[in-house]
Amino acid sequence: MSAFLTVGNLSAVLRGNRQRVLRSVSFSIDTGEVLGLVGESGAGKSMIGKAILGILPSAIEIIEGEIVLDGQDLQTMLPADRRRLIGATAALIPQDPLTALNPSRRIEPQITNRLVDILGWSKADARVRALELLNEVHIDNPERVMASYPHELSGGMRQRVLIASAFAANPKLVVADEPTTALDVTVQKQILRLIRDLQQRHATAMVFVTHDLGVVSKVCQRLSVLYGGKFVENASVPDFFAGPTHAYSRALLAATPKYTDPDASLVPVDEAVIEAVAAEVAAADEEWRHAR
Amino acid sequence: MKLLRAILVRLATMSVTLIGAAVVVFFVIRVVPGNPIAMMLPPGASEDDIARLTAHYGLDKTLFEQFGIWLSGVFRGDFGTSISLRQPVMPLVLGRLPATLELAIFALVIAVVIGGVLALTGVRHRETRTETAIDVANGIGLSIPDFLWALILIVLFGVLMPVFHISGRISPSLDLPFVTQFYVFESFARLRFDLWWDLLKHMFMPALALAIPLAAIISQLLKQSLKETMHLDYVTLSRTKGYSENHVILSEALPNAMLPTLTLIGVQFTFLIGGTVIIERLFSYEGLGNMAIDAVINRDLPLIQGIVIVFALLFTIINLVVDMTYALLNPRLRHA
Ligand SMILES: Nc1ncnc2c1ncn2[C@@H]1O[C@H](COP(=O)(O)OP(=O)(O)OP(=O)(O)O)[C@@H](O)[C@H]1O
Ligand SMILES: [Mg+2]
Repeated sequence: MSAFLTVGNLSAVLRGNRQRVLRSVSFSIDTGEVLGLVGESGAGKSMIGKAILGILPSAIEIIEGEIVLDGQDLQTMLPADRRRLIGATAALIPQDPLTALNPSRRIEPQITNRLVDILGWSKADARVRALELLNEVHIDNPERVMASYPHELSGGMRQRVLIASAFAANPKLVVADEPTTALDVTVQKQILRLIRDLQQRHATAMVFVTHDLGVVSKVCQRLSVLYGGKFVENASVPDFFAGPTHAYSRALLAATPKYTDPDASLVPVDEAVIEAVAAEVAAADEEWRHAR
Repeated sequence: MKLLRAILVRLATMSVTLIGAAVVVFFVIRVVPGNPIAMMLPPGASEDDIARLTAHYGLDKTLFEQFGIWLSGVFRGDFGTSISLRQPVMPLVLGRLPATLELAIFALVIAVVIGGVLALTGVRHRETRTETAIDVANGIGLSIPDFLWALILIVLFGVLMPVFHISGRISPSLDLPFVTQFYVFESFARLRFDLWWDLLKHMFMPALALAIPLAAIISQLLKQSLKETMHLDYVTLSRTKGYSENHVILSEALPNAMLPTLTLIGVQFTFLIGGTVIIERLFSYEGLGNMAIDAVINRDLPLIQGIVIVFALLFTIINLVVDMTYALLNPRLRHA
């Protein structure tokens, strides 16, 4: 199997102070494979997903490296071609279902618009496909949901709609950015299972951003641990849970309550470990600057 | 049932507003010094003449009697007789209203087009020099009031480059086949584009003067609201689907961003109609505002009252239309 997505040596900076927010990030994902990205808040997990999907905030600029999607280097493409390629082959499952649907449009066009406008399907075909997908995400009365406005649906329903919309065009790559953090605990498990089932059935490559190592163990084959925009550890999921090699990863694993025991208390990550990993990132930065 | 109730409540508040306006204007213009009869008669008229005319117009009665007489007339559709023009008030007012409505609507259209284009351009090129230039233009548009814009336009397009007419509503030499007072609409409907064009050339400068400050407000608010909307998740999500920046702005952001602007346009449009009073005067445009100034100068109490009531009615109708449009465009309200 060849890698569907390859990110090579990617660095991005804040336009203002030229601080790097992504520090020479490299990874690749095969078709049907799920890569988990974990790390504390602000580590740059979302930034990687946004870079792949071409939606980095205007304050952030890619200064180095490549993102190769389906054999094409996004950085060297014309913006219009890049948009089309991303729209046709990749999709995003966003974090917050309450804000990710347009409040003034019905659900149907929000699922079908990519098919019709970007991929040139007929409206009728797109509608059939949307109904099919709403069935796949276990929505009972898809006809009614398609005619609804977002505010008429619950958070869990909206996330199902967004998942249906993400898988509508048979994407080869899905970026899921904390797709369950905004949901009720009871709904979280269902949605997670749903995403995993769809991913497996469609053999989709997936980048799965999360805080939760318990979730990683259920959904991902590999994972990367980020600190300060830098990968500090890349490992297969079994290897990682058998014993992470990096001290920061070990601390992170120790700090995570067991997925099965939500009441277990959080152990804060040891200050010394944080200092060590911060120093490591700073040293790598120094080296990188020197090399340029 | 709910809808019926809402409509009844609405009609009740509208009536209260109108009656309030009627009471206020009736008493205020009678407290202000100035005697309409004295304005009508030549200097040196006899005491008898003055007394006779005063009685004729009912001005010898007490304020409350006068108000009662006027109000009972109003409920019968009789707004009294203009003192200075010696004709029934309502036909006079209704004869002038269409000219003002056409001017105000034309101004509104110009303001929405200019403001909308500037806002969209500003968002399309946000955080660039283009946006800065638009901000500067908005600032200038806002800080100069409509009547000063009128003078600037008169100098520019009436005097230096005389391409537009600076006075009146239509060239006096033209034969007018109109049966309504809505000249612009009627000339268009009759396909008399010669007349239509002449009307527009007269209307352009007063309308633009009224439109510029409103355009600046629309541009500023809509741009701000669009910029905020552009950061929202559903807009970002639509980018990942492969849509262009233009499509994202126009079909994802705009429908939501324009809602707050719409409410503001409603309020500002009533201010714009207020502005027609001076603007019509400056351009000798034969509308209601121009008539209002004459009525005030002549202390023509019945005419002032009639004009104010019509303006007040207009304002309440505009508010109603804005609220209805808002509800129609906002799915959350449509289903509530
Ligand atoms: N619009 C922006 N402008 C400037 N800096 C930003 C912007 N968005 C994010 N950043 C910075 O980029 C870094 C990475 O942010 P990112 O959103 O990827 O974090 P994250 O790992 O997804 O965190 P979280 O778990 O909180 O979502 C952070 O240091 C953040 O401060
Ligand atoms: Mg994030």
